[in-house]
Formats: sequence, C-alpha cells, structure tokens
Amino acid sequence: MPLDNVVFWVFAPISVASAIGMLLVRNAVHAALFLIVNFFCLAVFFLLLDAPFLFAVQIIVYAGAIMVLFLFVLMLLGVDSNVPIRERLLVQRPIAFILGAGFVVELFLAIRAGVGFATKAPDAFTANEGGNTQAVAKVLFGQYFFPFEVTSILLLVAAIAAMVLAHRRTRAVTQAEIDAAEDDHQEPAPAYDAEAAS
Amino acid sequence: MRTPVAYYLMLSGILFMLGTVGVLTRKNALLIFMSVELQLNAVNLSLVAFSRLHNDLTGQVLAFFSMVVAAAEVVVGLAIIVAIYRRRRSVDVDDVRELRW
Repeated sequence: MPLDNVVFWVFAPISVASAIGMLLVRNAVHAALFLIVNFFCLAVFFLLLDAPFLFAVQIIVYAGAIMVLFLFVLMLLGVDSNVPIRERLLVQRPIAFILGAGFVVELFLAIRAGVGFATKAPDAFTANEGGNTQAVAKVLFGQYFFPFEVTSILLLVAAIAAMVLAHRRTRAVTQAEIDAAEDDHQEPAPAYDAEAAS
Repeated sequence: MRTPVAYYLMLSGILFMLGTVGVLTRKNALLIFMSVELQLNAVNLSLVAFSRLHNDLTGQVLAFFSMVVAAAEVVVGLAIIVAIYRRRRSVDVDDVRELRW
C-alpha cells in the first residue's frame, strides 16, 4: 500500500470523527478543541495534495489565529454561560440528519458521474515547478493581483468593524476636565473606568 | 499520488454535510459559527483536490482567498456575538429574533 494512501486512510477517519464529536459534544470549549483536531487533519490532506504552502497557512491561520480568537471569545463570554442553552429543536434535528444523508448520497452520485471513483491525479504535479510557494506567489501576484489587493481592503474593513462593534462606549474625558478637576483640588475623573461610565 | 481524487471529494462532502447539520441543529451562536468554519474548510479541501487533479494552481489560490475571507468573517461575526452578549447576556440564537421578520 503506498504511503500517501496509508496517511489518507489514517487521517480521514480522524477528521470525520472529530467533526462528529464537534456536533455531539455539549461543552463549547470541547467543540473548539475537536475543531482544532479537524483543522490539523485538513492540513495533512493539503500536504498530501502537494500544497505545502496551504498546509502552513492552514495551521497558522486556522488552527492558530482563528481558533485562538474563538477560544478567547468563549472565555470572554464565560464558559458556564454556554451550558444551560435549551435544546428545543426536536423536529428540526431528525430533518437535518435526513437532509444531510440525502446530500451525501447526491454528492456520491455527482462525484461518480463527474470525476469517477478510479480517477487518479497525474503522478507529477508540474504546476509546482520551482517550489510550491514560489509557484503560488507567481499566480497570486500575476493573474490574481487585483483580488489580492481587494482582500487587503477587506481585512482592513473587518478589523475596523470588529473594533467598532465590540467597543464598549465610554464617556471621553478631556484634558480640560482633568485640569479643572485638579484646580478644584479634587481627584481627576476616572478616565478608564468602563463599568462606571456604562 | 495514488489516492483517487474522488476520495478527497467524498471526504470534503461528508465534512460539509456535518457542518451543515451542525448549523441546523445547534443553538449556541458560537457553535453555529464553528460549524460554518467546518463547511468552509471542507470546500477548501475540495478546491485543493481539484487543483491537484487538473494540474493547475488556481484552486490553491482560491483556497487561499477563501481562508482570508473566512478570517475576516470570523472577526466580524465574533464581534457581533460579543456585542449581542453584552446587550442580552445570552448567545442563544432564539433570544435574538428581532431581525427575523
């Protein structure tokens, strides 16, 4: 059995099992940890598919940045507050599973008709000539340069939007007010006390 | 590469289905968000598999863009969830139904 086959059949059940675990587990932190396992499995698949650049990006961006953000928000909101959510989706749950099973059957037929289950990719991935990262950079900064620049604007807008949305409004204390308070021989107004101002 | 591409596509489809079921059955907004991430990753896997099949790097570049968009989406979505939690003390999506109609 070739090596990449072995790696695929080792990691495919792990990724599916971690996804199922994420569905079934009640605690949100445990679900996040299952999702991290799933992201690492997908990174291994990227490596098998001759995409080492995406392998690194997957681990750095997804398993690193995004999941840290998720866990950070989970801790910020409090782990205990997520437990007593009422599960009242008694009708919706079986329907969701039935629709999901139907979707997989449909995909099975579509893949068999479109690609075929015996189709193998060419042995050599010639698009990777001179290194995967260099080749991806050539395509990214040549053919897809404008979309790349647009994504930078998107990230900037997202960062500003997150600051605006998550910002807790506090009353601004000007330097003149602090001076006035000092002139009256009083304590200056607490500038950073968010709880008192809200 | 001796694993047929269809196996990767099937795996991607199964992961996408599990993410969809997660979106449909969960009520915690954060867990719904994690399921959406699972769906995005499943699609990335199929993009990279097609890139390998057709010997073309466009699929990998597209997966890269989808990762960037997913990162932006997570940032904004989590900020919205934090803002809702500040106002309502809850992340249950049933508590936020003003925008439904």
